[in-house]
Parts: sequence; C-alpha cells; structure tokens
Amino acid sequence: MSAARVTGVTTGQGASTGGSALVVEHLTKRFGDRVALDDVSFDVGYGEVFGFLGPNGAGKTTTVRTLGTLLSPTSGSAVVAGLPLGEKNGPTIRSRISLMSESPGLYLRLTVRENLEFFAGLYELDDTAGRIARALRAVNLADRAHDACGSLSKGLRQRVALARALLTDPAVLFLDEPTSGLDPVATIEVYGLITALRERGVTTFLTTHRLEEAERLCDRVAILNTTLRLIGRPDELRRQLFKRSVEVRLREPLADAATVFGGVGAVEAWEQTPAGYTLTVADPDEAVPALTRALVAADADVLSVTESRHSLEDIYLELIDEDVEATSR
Amino acid sequence: MSFSWRRVGAVLLKELRDYRRNRFILTTMTLVPVIFIIAPLIQLFAANAAANDVHLSARIGLSMIYLLVIPVTVPAVLASYSVVGEREQGTLEPVLTTPIRREELLIGKGLAAFIPAVVASYAVFGLFLAAAAVFAHPTIASAIFSGTHVLVQLLFTPLLAGWAIWVGIAVSTRAGDVRVAQQLGTLASLPPLVVLALVSLNVITASTGLAVALAAGLLVFDLLAWRVVAAMFDRERLVTGRRA
Repeated sequence: MSAARVTGVTTGQGASTGGSALVVEHLTKRFGDRVALDDVSFDVGYGEVFGFLGPNGAGKTTTVRTLGTLLSPTSGSAVVAGLPLGEKNGPTIRSRISLMSESPGLYLRLTVRENLEFFAGLYELDDTAGRIARALRAVNLADRAHDACGSLSKGLRQRVALARALLTDPAVLFLDEPTSGLDPVATIEVYGLITALRERGVTTFLTTHRLEEAERLCDRVAILNTTLRLIGRPDELRRQLFKRSVEVRLREPLADAATVFGGVGAVEAWEQTPAGYTLTVADPDEAVPALTRALVAADADVLSVTESRHSLEDIYLELIDEDVEATSR
Repeated sequence: MSFSWRRVGAVLLKELRDYRRNRFILTTMTLVPVIFIIAPLIQLFAANAAANDVHLSARIGLSMIYLLVIPVTVPAVLASYSVVGEREQGTLEPVLTTPIRREELLIGKGLAAFIPAVVASYAVFGLFLAAAAVFAHPTIASAIFSGTHVLVQLLFTPLLAGWAIWVGIAVSTRAGDVRVAQQLGTLASLPPLVVLALVSLNVITASTGLAVALAAGLLVFDLLAWRVVAAMFDRERLVTGRRA
C-alpha cells in the first residue's frame, strides 16, 4: 500500500450553503500540563453531518464539551449556532444545541416520560406533551413512556437519551458515540434516525470510533489526534492520502509481468501480492480497459480487474500509524 | 437569558419525584424524625414536674434541641447528595448542557431539600406538642406552651434547614463521592446547633437579643449563601474533576 504524504490539514468548507453552524478557530484546551486539544480549526455547515474520529484520548470529547460550553477553551475561539463561545452566551448557546454523551445519563428511578418532562422544563419548551410524544415516536419508544428508565436495557436507555436530544429541535446536535453499546438492530435504527435528521436539515456533529459509521453517515469527517490531522469528504481523503490503484486477479501468475504491465502507459508501478497484482495508476478509468486488453493479449486467465477502494479505516489507521511512528522517533 | 423560575420548578419537581423513589433518602427522612422524637418524649415524661424553673427549662430546652436536629440532619443528607450524587450517576453532564444557570439549579435543589425537611420537622414538632398537651404533667405542658420554646422552634427550624442546605450543597460541589459528602455535610451543618444547645442548657445565658442576633445571622447567611455556593459551582471541575 502506498500512501501519499500528508503535508497539512485542509480546513474544509461546510458542505451546505447558508453559513456555518460551527466555526472553530485555533481552539486549544490544556488540563494543567496535558494538552488535550491543540490549535484545532474547522467549520461545519448548517445541515451537515460531520464526523469526528480519533483514538481514545485524542480530544474528541473535550472538543464536544468545549463547543457545548461545558469547558472553557485555553485559547482560540468558536462560534456555535451563530453565537461566539463565552461565559455570557453559554445559556443561549445551550438552548440552541443538544448534546448526547456516550453515557445516557438518565434518572433511573424516573420514568421515560418524567425524564423527558424534566429536560423539557429546563429548556422551557411549550407543548411539552406533544414534543415528548414526537421524540419517543422518532426513537420507537412510544410504548415505553411510563417505564422506569432503570428497567430498560442499555440500548433502550441510549434511545431515550437520543429522544431527549431531539426534544428541542436543536440547530446543532452533538452525538458522542451514539451507538456505543447498541445491538446491530438498534444501531441501524440510530443510523436511520441520523439520516432522517440530515434530511430535516439538522446539523449533526458525530464523534465515533466506528469508522464504517462515519463513512456511512457523514458528509465530511475530521481525524483528530490532539491536533487535527485531516478533514474532508471520505472520498477526498482517500485521494489525498492514497495513490489510486487497481487490483488484478489471475488464475495463474504471469510469466513476464514486467513486460505486460510495462507496456501499459497508465501503470506507474506494480507489485505482486498473494492474491495477484496491485498496480499504481494515475486514472483507473483509463488504466482498467488498457490493462484488460494487455492481459488478454498475454493469454492470461483474468478473474478480475478492479479499482482498489481504501476504506475510511485505512485512512484512519494510516494517520494514526504516522502519529505513533512520529512519537516513537 | 434571564433567571427562570420555570427551570427552578423543573429541578424541584424532578428532585421530589426522585426522592420519593429513593430508598436511602426515604429511610433517612423516616428514621431521623423517628429517632429524634423518641428522645424528647423521654425527656418530657421523665422530667420532674416539681423541679425548679431553671432545671425544668433546661429539660425542655434539651428536648427542643433534639427536635432541632431534624431540620439540620435531613436537609444536610439531601443537600450533600444533590450535586455529587448526580455526578456519580452520570446525570450531571446532561443537565449542565441545558440552558439552566447554576443559580437556578442550586435554588431548585435547595428548595427540594428545604420543603421536605421543614414539613417533616414541623410535623414531628406538632406530634411532640400534641403528646405534651395530652400526656405530660400540666406543669411541664404549661412550661412548654407558655415560654418562648414554641416560637424559637418555629423560627429556627427553617433557618437551620437553610444553613444545613447551603453547607451541604457547598460540600457536594467539591466532594469526590457521596458518602464523604454526606458525612462532611452533616458535620459542617452542626455548629449553629451547638450554639443553640449551649443556650438551651443555660451554658450561655438566653436572652431575646441573643436569639434575635442568632436568627438574624442565620437569615442573612441563608439569603446570601447561594451566591457563595454558586461561585463554588464550577462546571469544568464538576465535569472533568479538574479545576478550570
């Protein structure tokens, strides 16, 4: 696998038009001597689903807590839902956002409805009963409204926490590991909910360890490891980080691979792998037909000629590996 | 966004609902009044009606002190649980991400400790007075009803509850766990009770001036302490365990 060198971080622009729901500039947070977040800048457009990835201790939760006005930044600034971050704007910012942390944080002795009534009161919402009914329907918990939260499974508690986050129709929804501890069915339901929120134009800031989750749901992703390592659309990141390549599978290895691949102009480099050959190419759309013709001309039994797709996981691991190597140097 | 009594009300209602289903809180709120009405009743019935006024007054004063332990202990337990308890069960962070101001949260929690404590204290005091009126020797009953004991009890019950609540919440915002908070909160709420005990036992000479000064001091503390406690309420420290 050949990886392009990451030389810097692009401060990608929000996916949607109509301004930014979040603008973060040079945000730094220190706890004593420990730097949790260092000079992080990005912006998130209204209606965008933005994924925030990183290993444990990378600063994801610190970022969410800082943007949620729970922590004060050491330096830097941010605009959240149209308001500059600061002590004075704290209550108003918090009235425009919802934050669902990894732990559901429910009052276990209270019923689902009582939990939601409490939070509706804290937001001073009107039509409390209607909002609670809609939020519970959205997470398929309408029939559990009168159950004590302590009697619910972890997955159901997570759904109650999600209903709580949806009560206020927030401008920005922060979801910190929303599918943590959920079974596959519940996870799929949460995915559906996030997709539905995107269709309603809710800006969603999603922190997750699940790379396939980010790839599936997010318009753009950022990879954080104390500093922001990379930001962009998953396909842009693939192009930025990895050279494009084509996988060739044959029934038998070629007798003279150098001659066959050397004769195809689009091929920049090649290597033999246990499964066949991996070829670095500038443009797979141009290379694949030419390669196929060359292989047929060489009398090879071709099983497949396909463009390699690097997953978000590959990108993530590549970056994290670079950080580990840099640290150990 | 300005101060909102609706948010205070939401906190109050939630706390009262939670207390109602919390076995530890219910046990504390039941046991403490039961324990502290038995001792004054024993004092009441064991008192010698023929004793001189000073001795009788000291006996009655001691009974009243037992009764005043209720408005100190019950809210101290509730208040010292209020913040650290939420932190331990993971509910504090979601609350702090809502628009609620720390003053609203603290006043809501303070009222939620104040109301049951004062209701329980007055109910127990009512029972004590009823028992005195019906079963005690007429001389002793007369000494209870004709003196300033009833007025002192009625006045100092809410004032002491207020003291215990703010001290308890202050401890709760800084304590590492519930048990330590409740022990410290209960201990820290006792000093005014010691002063009252010394007065009731005639170690400090009781006077109207002293009672008024003590009551006024507690009242000023109760009315202003929330500002001090609010200043101690550091969101960052509560969320991360570290100072901002």
